[in-house]
Amino acid sequence: MFVNFFHELKSANVPVSLREYLTLLEAMDKKVIEDKVEDFYYLSRSALVKDERNLDKFDRVFSHVFKGLDSLEEGDIAQIPEEWLKSLTEKFLTEEEKAQIEALGGWEKIMEELQKRLEEQEKRHEGGNKWIGTGGTSPYGADGYNPEGVRIGQKEGRHGKAVKVWDKREYKNLDDGVELGTRNIKMALRRLRRFARHGQPTELDLDDTIKSTAHQGYLDIKMVPERKNKINVLIFFDIGGSMDSHIKLCEELFSAARTEFKNMEYFYFHNCLYEHVWKDNKRRHQERMETWDVLHKYPSDYKVIFVGDATMSPYEITYAGGSVEHWNEEPGAIWLERIQQIYESAIWLNPVAERHWEYTPSIQVIEQVFQDRMFPLTLEGLDNAMKELSRAS
Amino acid sequence: MKFEGTKDYVATDDLRIAVNAAITLERPLLIKGEPGTGKTVLAEEMSKALDAELITWHIKSTTKAQQGLYEYDAVSRLRDSQLGDERVNDISNYIERGKLWESFEREKRPVLLIDEIDKADIEFPNDLLLELDRMEFFVYETGETIKAAQRPIVVITSNNEKELPDAFLRRCFFHYINFPDEETMKQIIAVHFPDLKGRLIQEALNVFYEIRDVPGLKKKPSTSELLDWLKLLLVEDISPENLKERDPSKLIPPLHGALLKNEQDVHLFERLAFLARRERN
Repeated sequence: MFVNFFHELKSANVPVSLREYLTLLEAMDKKVIEDKVEDFYYLSRSALVKDERNLDKFDRVFSHVFKGLDSLEEGDIAQIPEEWLKSLTEKFLTEEEKAQIEALGGWEKIMEELQKRLEEQEKRHEGGNKWIGTGGTSPYGADGYNPEGVRIGQKEGRHGKAVKVWDKREYKNLDDGVELGTRNIKMALRRLRRFARHGQPTELDLDDTIKSTAHQGYLDIKMVPERKNKINVLIFFDIGGSMDSHIKLCEELFSAARTEFKNMEYFYFHNCLYEHVWKDNKRRHQERMETWDVLHKYPSDYKVIFVGDATMSPYEITYAGGSVEHWNEEPGAIWLERIQQIYESAIWLNPVAERHWEYTPSIQVIEQVFQDRMFPLTLEGLDNAMKELSRAS
Repeated sequence: MKFEGTKDYVATDDLRIAVNAAITLERPLLIKGEPGTGKTVLAEEMSKALDAELITWHIKSTTKAQQGLYEYDAVSRLRDSQLGDERVNDISNYIERGKLWESFEREKRPVLLIDEIDKADIEFPNDLLLELDRMEFFVYETGETIKAAQRPIVVITSNNEKELPDAFLRRCFFHYINFPDEETMKQIIAVHFPDLKGRLIQEALNVFYEIRDVPGLKKKPSTSELLDWLKLLLVEDISPENLKERDPSKLIPPLHGALLKNEQDVHLFERLAFLARRERN
């Protein structure tokens, strides 16, 4: 029962386990719901999905697996023979293809075209991308995918709703990697917590006191230091130039990191790390610090995070004198390697979407320098980045 | 035992099914959602609708899982022993029962609300796994096993401040309270203010959803804020016409303090009002 559904969920990366699946079956067995597909949708959602980020994925899988569950009645909207439009093929397109279709033109243009093609076309048609029929990518016909498509003959479902609940995809913006607010960032940064007791003993250790008192025979008070997050973080922000378009995201990351890490130091650099960094971007030419001083000042247990789009000419990384702003004695790559030698855990966060990385050579160069520890600045990427940072101790 | 919503609480279909599934299968129900969408209220209403006692366990950042089971008050025992009190001989005098224990003892199936579980330490939910699963635990000090007479209906709320462990999630039913759409919102308002004039509701809702749509708000107003605001509108006796007035100089809705809780948001609104006025001139 629903094994297929279960497997589809698994392959769509919704974390479902056998236990949850059995729970769902048990609920079906105990007749928690009536035999209605909506009720089943709600029940399975509640039993299988445990995180609102996965609700959208779940909706998509549900709509895919249970498509046609309540049979559609054909309508007589246009004078097109019904059998043309019977759902026979199901075609699922990649994101790119969807984007292509989206670019096809506006609504009016499509209606106009439809009129024209209706006149031209006389036979039943399936697949392909021009003629009206089923399962194709043409904007006309049913069951195909075209966001601007005109639906012909595939009328709304029995319940009078054109869109099924799961087809509404209300949870779209709760999916990972789509939206990143300060709050979400904070959540991700919390992964990088390591509590330890350090410093002056200020708290009463009740357990130890009792133990010791029983042992000694008199009241022997034991104190422990307060528990604090001992993670130290050093963040380098790329600023100016191509980073201007990512400024909002970086601000959010900055403010989240500021509140999350008590011991956080930050510095700015431009494009790539060279021998100077600065703390106030307005006075970057007057008040800058030697990078060496920074490296000497902060001990090697600091976690280092670089934030930058890594988008520049590859020469700026690999050659001495490659910097666009000044003459640098040593290439940026040397500095980046130095950082990694001193600090065990260092990563690079990139606000550029991961799918564009391969088109920018400098991103690949830096990714190599960082031994693939470059992560996109999405919730998922940030999560992985924090995992990576907390891995090495 | 079936939950159908109450006269004071509008339960959508999906919420009802999640609640009933949790009740029937005796699994905990995990509720998440924007602040102010009625997560805690749900447990209260469930207890009313099912005529069950509500036992609430509020979680703070310092709460330990053990506190929900029991606490052994070693300090007062130590003191009593030095004073030579008779009570000291029986260790069970110093065992203080937690909320979970309380709920296990009830004759009639109670509703146990574990409120804002994400406030506690990351390990907190894991520490409760076995207890919530088997509904029993062991008291080391007295050597007895406490077993639930009736498996309580467990409702857990979370504000998403921490991620919950997978093993814990697998044992729960989950429901995300979505922000109500306009239709549901009307029902909710009708439940709370039955004598509110229809037109006033419509106008107030328009204003409310407009505010929610303003981009860049730090804290979008939620259901509970809307209800507060309506209460104020009623008390101040503001007419629908007043709300409808789209005079740019009055773009900020009356009594906005109930809806916008953040200084920056109010500023943002004032700036928008200013821009609108300039456009008109």
